[in-house]
Order: sequence, then C-alpha cells, then structure tokens
Amino acid sequence: MIEGINKQVFREYFGIRVKPEQLVVALAGNPNVGKSTVFNVLTGLRQHTGNWPGKTVDNAQGVFSHRNASFVLVDLPGTYSLLSHTIEEQIARDFICFGHPDATLVVLDATCLERNLNLALQVMEITPNIVVCVNLMDEARKKKISIDLAALEAELQVPVVATAARIGEGIQELKEALWKVATQSAPATPKQVTYSPEVERAVQELCAILSFIAEPALNKRWLALRLLDGNPSILASISDYLDLVSGWRETA
Amino acid sequence: METSPVSLSLADLSIGSAARIVSLELGGLLRRRILDLGMVPGTQVRCVRKSPSGDPIAFQVRGCIIALRTEDLKNIKVFPFNYVREAAR
Repeated sequence: MIEGINKQVFREYFGIRVKPEQLVVALAGNPNVGKSTVFNVLTGLRQHTGNWPGKTVDNAQGVFSHRNASFVLVDLPGTYSLLSHTIEEQIARDFICFGHPDATLVVLDATCLERNLNLALQVMEITPNIVVCVNLMDEARKKKISIDLAALEAELQVPVVATAARIGEGIQELKEALWKVATQSAPATPKQVTYSPEVERAVQELCAILSFIAEPALNKRWLALRLLDGNPSILASISDYLDLVSGWRETA
Repeated sequence: METSPVSLSLADLSIGSAARIVSLELGGLLRRRILDLGMVPGTQVRCVRKSPSGDPIAFQVRGCIIALRTEDLKNIKVFPFNYVREAAR
C-alpha cells in the first residue's frame, strides 16, 4: 500500500485537500442520474467548488460525517464510460485510478439501469472499494419499474443501496455502506467481466510481464486490458502516474 | 449472429420500426462512444423520432432515447424486425 504521506501528495495533485484522518469518497455516475442531488443531500452546504487543476471542468468537494468518521466527497464529472477521451472522462478515470479514494460511489439511474451498469462494471475493474447507489427509485416506482436489489447485489458482489435522493430516501443506508467500504470493515471482491479466451490469454501474459511494476495500488488486470486497448490518453496518464511514484521512491 | 438479408443501416429505419444491431462499422472515439451508450451488436433499437430535416434521428435503446447524426448512422448495420420500406407507405 502507498504510504500515507504519498497518498496525501497524490490527492493534492488532484486539488483535494484532506486531513489525514478524513476518508475520501469519489462520486461517479452517468449524466442526469441525480448525482448532484446525492452530493447535496450527503453534504448539505458544507461544499467547496472550484476547478480541477489545469482544467476548465468544475470540481465540487463536500464534507459529511457518519459514525464519528469524517468524509470528503469529491463530485466527478458525469460520464457514460471511463474509456473514452473526453476531458471529463479523463478526470473521472484518473481520479478513481490514481487519486486513491477510500471508496468510490457509483450512482445509477433506476429507470435506465442496464445502460448505467456499464460505468459500474468499469469502476469495478479498477477498484474493489465501491458502493453502487441505485438512485431515482421514486421515478422508477412512478414508471412501475421494480428492481431486485438483492439479485443485483449478488450478481455484482458489491454493496448496492437504493435511494431517492430528492426525498432523502436511503441516505442513512448509503452512509453506512460508504463507511463500511471506506474503513475496509467488509472487503469486497467485485465480479469481474470475463472476456473472450483470446483476450483472457493475452491479459494473463501481460499480467506476468507487468509484475515488474511494484505498485500495488495499480490493478494489473486493468492495466493489461488498457494496454490491449492501446488508448493513448490512458497510457499517458498511467506513465505520468508511474513517473510520479518512482520519483518519490528515489527521493524517499 | 444473424446475417442481414438486405444490407440496412440505422439510417434506413422508418419511425416506429425496430431492428437488431449487427455491426458497428466505425472506428476510434465514435465507436467507443456508441458502445458506451449501450448500442452493441445484438441490441434492439427502435426508431422513435426524426427531426424535420431528417437528421438527426432518435432511437430508443435500452430504455433511453439517443439521437445520432445520419452520417454516423449509415455505418451502424442492422437486421430489421418488421421492415417496412418507406416508399411503400
């Protein structure tokens, strides 16, 4: 695990200032899923807004506490995916991968769950510290959509909480789930997407080669998949990150 | 995978008709984007609306409505369910 001080420096690289005892939660989701409503309900008026360092994309941070723990909630830009090249997706992806959040909260739209699960699956490939929030339950009820949350939780193997943030429903349960994940009191092993045998074989080979990267915070399977994608923007972010980490190692 | 009897693209669907996506003949960013929006081979889509000029065209995909440019739709090949030729209407 990255030592506490480095974690701190990394968060500052993303413009996130936290006290050492505070837990960082990244808030991700598709556009228009009520992500900002969840953010506002959790943090109230204890917010700080600005831009991401060097980017003209809004960055909002808020504070809330639960069970005597203080959380900093970082609102990421709304994205459908973490694999494209738009500046918003790049910020969301880099923060989840390299900002070392203690938990990532993925907000999904209950009325359009299937499409939203794409993002949840992508986040699950990056980090096991995830809470899935199925929001807009009030809208879903209006449209007579019922969601089998227990089945969803069993399928994804991560905590799933149903909320209707606009009316404050499910917020306590959400805080509890975030607390459990962020304090590591119930470690999860999210279900991983299995690709075709050819891809899986290539991933295995790459993982063996990548074992030289002595950086446990970076998920090797995810890294291998991105190398297979050959997406230049992701590869550039990864090498920037590894340069930073090795820079510290040398000075330390 | 079904093969299309007639080579049809999403741009050829008339309002109300449905089809199954066969392939995305697109590359790079746009391909990734369309996959992320839930249009993958095998997905059912229904044409729900066209703008007055006929471009863009809106489709229902997995419970959401997505509008795309005709230029891009031409590269999304589909297998129609209830194909009604526009000329025959």
